[in-house]
Amino acid sequence: MSCSDQSGLDAELSAFGRPGGPTVRPVHDQFHGDLLEVSMGPQHPSTHGVFRMVVTLDGEQIVKLKPVFGYLHRNHEKIAENTSYLGSMPYTDRLDYLCSMSTNWAYALAVEKLSGQAVPDRAQYLRIIMAELTRLVNHSCLVGFLFNDLGTSFTPLLYAFREREKILDLFESLSGSRMMCNYQRFGGCRVDPSPEWLAAAQALVDGFPRFLDEYETMLTGNEIMLARTQGVGRLDPAHAVNAGITGPVLRASGVGYDLRKVDGYGFYPRFDFRVPVGEAGDTYDRYMMRILEMRESVKILQQAFRDLPAGPVMDPKAKLRGFRPKAGEAYGRLEGPKGELGFYLISDGSPNPWRYRVRPPSLINLTLLEEMCLGHTIADAVVILGSIDIVLGEVDR
Amino acid sequence: MLGSGILKGLGVTAKNFAGSYHDPARMVTQEYPDTPVKLPEAYRNFPFLVTENATDPMGTLRCVACQICEKECPPQCIYIEKSKDKKPDATGKPQLYPAVFAIDTAVCMSCQLCVEVCPFDAIKMDQIFEVAATNRFAGLLLNREQLAKPNSYFHQLHPTDAAEVDGRLGAERKAAEEKARAAAAAKAAAPKPAAPAVTPAPKPAAGGPTP
Repeated sequence: MSCSDQSGLDAELSAFGRPGGPTVRPVHDQFHGDLLEVSMGPQHPSTHGVFRMVVTLDGEQIVKLKPVFGYLHRNHEKIAENTSYLGSMPYTDRLDYLCSMSTNWAYALAVEKLSGQAVPDRAQYLRIIMAELTRLVNHSCLVGFLFNDLGTSFTPLLYAFREREKILDLFESLSGSRMMCNYQRFGGCRVDPSPEWLAAAQALVDGFPRFLDEYETMLTGNEIMLARTQGVGRLDPAHAVNAGITGPVLRASGVGYDLRKVDGYGFYPRFDFRVPVGEAGDTYDRYMMRILEMRESVKILQQAFRDLPAGPVMDPKAKLRGFRPKAGEAYGRLEGPKGELGFYLISDGSPNPWRYRVRPPSLINLTLLEEMCLGHTIADAVVILGSIDIVLGEVDR
Repeated sequence: MLGSGILKGLGVTAKNFAGSYHDPARMVTQEYPDTPVKLPEAYRNFPFLVTENATDPMGTLRCVACQICEKECPPQCIYIEKSKDKKPDATGKPQLYPAVFAIDTAVCMSCQLCVEVCPFDAIKMDQIFEVAATNRFAGLLLNREQLAKPNSYFHQLHPTDAAEVDGRLGAERKAAEEKARAAAAAKAAAPKPAAPAVTPAPKPAAGGPTP
């Protein structure tokens, strides 16, 4: 029974017995009882955290899906409004805990826009290096988790984690922490990487395409994977644009919208790279989008290592303490690994923001989950959710 | 041919499986409790307080209880009470010291902002990660006796940073000594015109030194 049949049946049933309605009770009434409501999550292993889906099933087919979130709400925005601008920086690490470097940058970008703070060239390059390394971390993890959702228990995920761990080791030796980097500051970066660090990072980036090739040999041609992902969770571009979907999910639907090209924030206009765009907008395209973006990230990283200028990593006029931007508002956004990540700040001239708002890509990409899942089986819903790429720390904040 | 993709994929898995016995690039597992992990120099965990002298840790704390870290700490895990009296600090200047200095490591989020804002290089990041306590309140609330670690320990953890800090503090100490010597020399060279200037303005006894 499809969705439209169900609503027709509902209308028939509610009109039964009313004046003008059917006088005989509909015969297929008995099917009405076959719908089963299943609460999936919040402790379900495949919902990537404490996310809950209330799924109405007809047999195994999804008739209705209601996402429920908020289990990881930590009051991030209100805490940031009561903390100094600098004090919010370590909290932004904890929004999207897979990509702390790019979240840091988005927040620094908003504050720099608010205060008119300049950033030295070397810091701009370092930020791009960190953001692209973060993209490699996020996408390789996501692909691993996607295959976990498909049922290939842990082998692809552990291969991805092996590579991720090398990048996290680099982050740790630079910033002191694997995941909670707290690396960006308003007006630059906290520490300057040593030549040895840069050489190690360069070696890692040079070896990354080999890993990607191996990964693709293992997975991309796999017939089971093709059968499970092609044509599953289709999202048409008009719908995606309407809902404000961004990032690889939007690009998989065929809309070439990438803030690195559109906004040209940081020094991205200086780099030569392409934006991969999908056609079908299904789960397979979303998977391929991640693989292709990783290949483009490797290209950007190699250009960044080649052109990295010497100089300070921090603007000499930057202030660590007693930072009070003048009254005004600013919206800083960047192309995070998951989509448009933005911070909106209103300052009233005091040491803490008057209003602090995060535009989390995970949350907004999640809004069309029901449209993508309708008509598919519940096993596909897990895969579709995996292909959207959510981190609950960012969805719930 | 249907199934060739699966077979190719299994080939990769087999290569990785075989490689996990002989290829160093695929032998990534660390037997952690048996072989200790090597931490990078920048690794940070919880803060500690630097003391100059290991034999008298409480007497030679670098901290002057300025409370900047307490104000800047985002999760507010530092608690400081200023002393009533003063002690000479690393550069020989009389300074306050913390009568109470406590860090709740259950609240601390290891962000290192306290280290960055400290103007006296008194608080640094420790690298202990095997922490466990039998009491989750008192056991994780570290007082200044538990937090104080000698400068040599700091050198052991972060050699580059410690050498830079020692060089800077040494230069400051030298400058302060030279300034004191110059002031003493100036006083010795011109004692006569200074003497009459002091006598006509005696402080009233009731005022006394400011508390």
